[in-house]
Amino acid sequence: MDVITLLIDGIFTALQPLNLGLALLGVVIGLFVGAMPGLGSVNGVAILLPFTFVIQQITGSVSSPMIFLAAIYYGAMYGGAISSITLGIPGASTAVATTFDGRPLALQGKADRALVIAALASFVGGTVSTILFTGAAPLLASVALKFGNPEIFALMLLAFATFVGLGGDDIPKTIISICLGLILSAVGFDIISGAPRLLLFDSTAWFSRGIQFLVLAIGVYGIGEMLWTINSTRYKTEMTEARITLGRMRAALAGASEAWKGTLIGSLLGFFVGILPAAGATPGSLMAYGVAKMVSKDPSKFGHGEPDGVAAPESANNSASTGAMLPMMTLGIPGSPTTAVLLAGMVIWGLTPGPRLFTDQPDFVWPLIGSFYISNLIAVVMNLAFIPLFLRVLRMPFTILAPLIFVLSVVGVFAAYQNIYDVWLMLFFGIGAFFLRILNYPLAPAVLAIVLGPIAEPTLRQSLILSDGSWMIFLNRPIAGPITIVAIVLILLPLVGLIRRRLLRR
Amino acid sequence: MRIAELVTAIIIALSSIYLMWKSGEGPSWDPTAVRFANIGINVDNSGPGSGFWPFWLAAAMLVAAIAVMVNWHLRATPESRSEEVYLDSYGKRMLLTVCGGLIAFLILIRFIGFYGAIPLFLFYYIYFLGRHSLLAAIAISAAVPVFCFFFFDVAMRIVLPKGYLDPLFIPLYDIFL
Amino acid sequence: MKLFKSMAFGLAAMGALTAAQSAGAFEPTKPVDFVIMAGKGGGADKMARLMQSIVEANGMSSRPLVPVNKSGGSGAEALVAMMNASDPDHAIMVTLNSFFTTPLRQPGLGVDIMTFAPVGRMAEDTFVLWVHKDEGISSFDEFLAEAKDRGSGWVMGGTGSAQEDQIITNYLNDTYGLEIKYIPYKGGGAVAKDLAGRQINSSVNNPSEALGFYESGDVIPLVAFTDERLPMFPDVPTLRETGQEFAYFMQRAVVGAPGMSDDALAYYTALFDQVYNSPEWQKYKSDKSLLGDYLNGDGLRDYWQTQRERHETILRASGDIK
Repeated sequence: MDVITLLIDGIFTALQPLNLGLALLGVVIGLFVGAMPGLGSVNGVAILLPFTFVIQQITGSVSSPMIFLAAIYYGAMYGGAISSITLGIPGASTAVATTFDGRPLALQGKADRALVIAALASFVGGTVSTILFTGAAPLLASVALKFGNPEIFALMLLAFATFVGLGGDDIPKTIISICLGLILSAVGFDIISGAPRLLLFDSTAWFSRGIQFLVLAIGVYGIGEMLWTINSTRYKTEMTEARITLGRMRAALAGASEAWKGTLIGSLLGFFVGILPAAGATPGSLMAYGVAKMVSKDPSKFGHGEPDGVAAPESANNSASTGAMLPMMTLGIPGSPTTAVLLAGMVIWGLTPGPRLFTDQPDFVWPLIGSFYISNLIAVVMNLAFIPLFLRVLRMPFTILAPLIFVLSVVGVFAAYQNIYDVWLMLFFGIGAFFLRILNYPLAPAVLAIVLGPIAEPTLRQSLILSDGSWMIFLNRPIAGPITIVAIVLILLPLVGLIRRRLLRR
Repeated sequence: MRIAELVTAIIIALSSIYLMWKSGEGPSWDPTAVRFANIGINVDNSGPGSGFWPFWLAAAMLVAAIAVMVNWHLRATPESRSEEVYLDSYGKRMLLTVCGGLIAFLILIRFIGFYGAIPLFLFYYIYFLGRHSLLAAIAISAAVPVFCFFFFDVAMRIVLPKGYLDPLFIPLYDIFL
Repeated sequence: MKLFKSMAFGLAAMGALTAAQSAGAFEPTKPVDFVIMAGKGGGADKMARLMQSIVEANGMSSRPLVPVNKSGGSGAEALVAMMNASDPDHAIMVTLNSFFTTPLRQPGLGVDIMTFAPVGRMAEDTFVLWVHKDEGISSFDEFLAEAKDRGSGWVMGGTGSAQEDQIITNYLNDTYGLEIKYIPYKGGGAVAKDLAGRQINSSVNNPSEALGFYESGDVIPLVAFTDERLPMFPDVPTLRETGQEFAYFMQRAVVGAPGMSDDALAYYTALFDQVYNSPEWQKYKSDKSLLGDYLNGDGLRDYWQTQRERHETILRASGDIK
């Protein structure tokens, strides 16, 4: 009951005019930064960090600056879905899975529905995880501590297992795509041995910094997918019937409830993956999509505009981003670049993240949790209000939209990494993706693999150092073992099915 | 399409071999390192070497590329049966004009910066490829860089390179930054 | 008071600007690239963002410092970017010890650190040996006995390979005949968390990284690798007290791009002198157990020279360079 009093106090603090204003401003900034391909919550949060120093001096409270930054973080999570749906470019790795069904819905003229579902699913995901956070934060922190390297690798294996279902029927091509993503993620520098490696064509300038996620993602979606669309539709794409009326909006809102299953799966799964340090929101949203597809009555609809396929990843990435606050605050471990900057902020404001934060700094923790509820509410209202504006984008003639997307891709990649070589690489990947796309190579697995590779490889190798090279470490630990077995079963299932079909055909 | 499928699989197979060979490379500060010494699991407590992960993945990619070739031979996939043209004359022209434009765009950034190259690229695309009116082309080409300057340079503090146009921007920094 | 101060700074800056046009003193004319030699969220990044916040909140600079993380290749990316900076008067960088080790390990980069402009050393970070409280160890001697007993079953986690944490681990192994197994991590935060979760047996985290778990009582400090006892842990002995001549620090310094003009160097030295003396920085230094005085000019160059020689000796001895 103590928790409830603290929470109510916290909500009232968060509702003070200044804090409410900061949350509102933060959400709007986040929405726009998140909707911009190439920029994500991390840019918004990092740029406004010095400004929070001023906020702290004005209010004298440590919770106000954090409320502001957390609101940007939330807003950007909502915003990420917008570019995934309207432009087909995932603005951040967390929104990759949203393109799988969000984009087809937009092409069918149902962009309004996709956007409404995304907004509402995000709201449910954010709220469910905030409730879980409120109730069980310290308890969950101790669960997160149980996840060492072997456990995290087992979890990555589970995320890869869901890939198998994403690639389509041509298994060799899916494997090529996954391997390519994982190898590209290893380019540059090996953390474990400290050696530069895979400097392709011996070029330090191009490859010593590694190949970043957005370089491949924007190349594939912003350039490759655009070239493919121009080539196959000859500019005749009437993108959508993107008019929005109050009636359509109401119908979309009413229809959103049909995606309840995906939303529920995403909210819960996202939260539990999100609280694990180092995992972050991307595997969460991916696994939510995979599970939603597995339990669906008609899995074949996924990838062709299934509402559950938008709701699951969107609710999961919002849920996971709240979840990711937990290891950041109670263990001092950032699960993503954004939480890393938030962590830096907490240190700058004079807080010590760690297990004692909840007991030592209730004045910081509870208003922040209170603001999670409020920011979520603000974000969903703002998002719904801005939908007509975002839909205008789709009404542009394709010959104007296409060059704008090209310019956004180039500027976005530069803005993200501030390196012109990355922009050239992006163009190269884009043209390569175009040629592979014509031959039906699935490219989403490569894009996701480049996100998961940098988590999977070090944890695999650290585990093998620990076990003196024995692979049994993934099976004989109490948490890693069951996860590994489930992952292996999931990977083998489609293969068994395939072999049986082949045998029956004979 | 059928030929392209085979050629692509061969290119992928060759790239995998290159990646396997490259993964075996020792660290740059140790000229005595033997190639492929780093792809196994070391016994001296340091675990798998730096080439372990990319080498075996590239090997898996090679196997998969060979499987694609086998499928091609058996005509087991739709692409390996297809008699369609891989890229027709429209596709080739599109690739040349659009990708050529993009490459020129990136080269121009080197010299006249983002704010010189963006309007040129947009004007080229909208006016010549899109065949929109001169007015629309000029309006959009002018509006986008202004938006970018305020969004990136001023609001986000991400300073986009300006190439030889840098001196022109110093008065703007004075006003806005 | 704060407002007055920032206004005063603003006026001073404006005064300096007009003076600049007549006297030729340097003032940045565009945003300054503030390169961070490490990824977002690490110790160096936190410090860089704190410095930027102090500069911004107090209006110390007429143009903003724009932080850019270049963590690729253990800092190689940042070093190369600084060498090739198109405008060395508007490029500064926050460095750590990879400033010494990376050019030694990757001679192909062609980086000579003595060509960088010595703006100022803001602090020296300290290292402390930590174990989990349930390990049943309360002193450095018990640690040595237990680690010796378990041989390669004793696991030390640390940041990176052939860097600070491994250098200390190698020292312990060589001096005391231990066989501690070292597992490299990407960042100090992950090491501290895995120690608290007992995934590893010990760590040599900076105090700032382990503080949260120290305050909650999960981890305990055994020995400090400093010259004198740290004010924050008065009961924790230094390694010197046990008779070993070994101390190890992490430099937290700001450097300018090679080729920076003397006027610009003077400007940045003065700027970071202000930052160093600000109450915010001094509070951070004492809160996180940082040592070291402000060092600039030739003093900082001499410091680099000794540090580079020392690291070369250490890395040669461990076989990490040949």
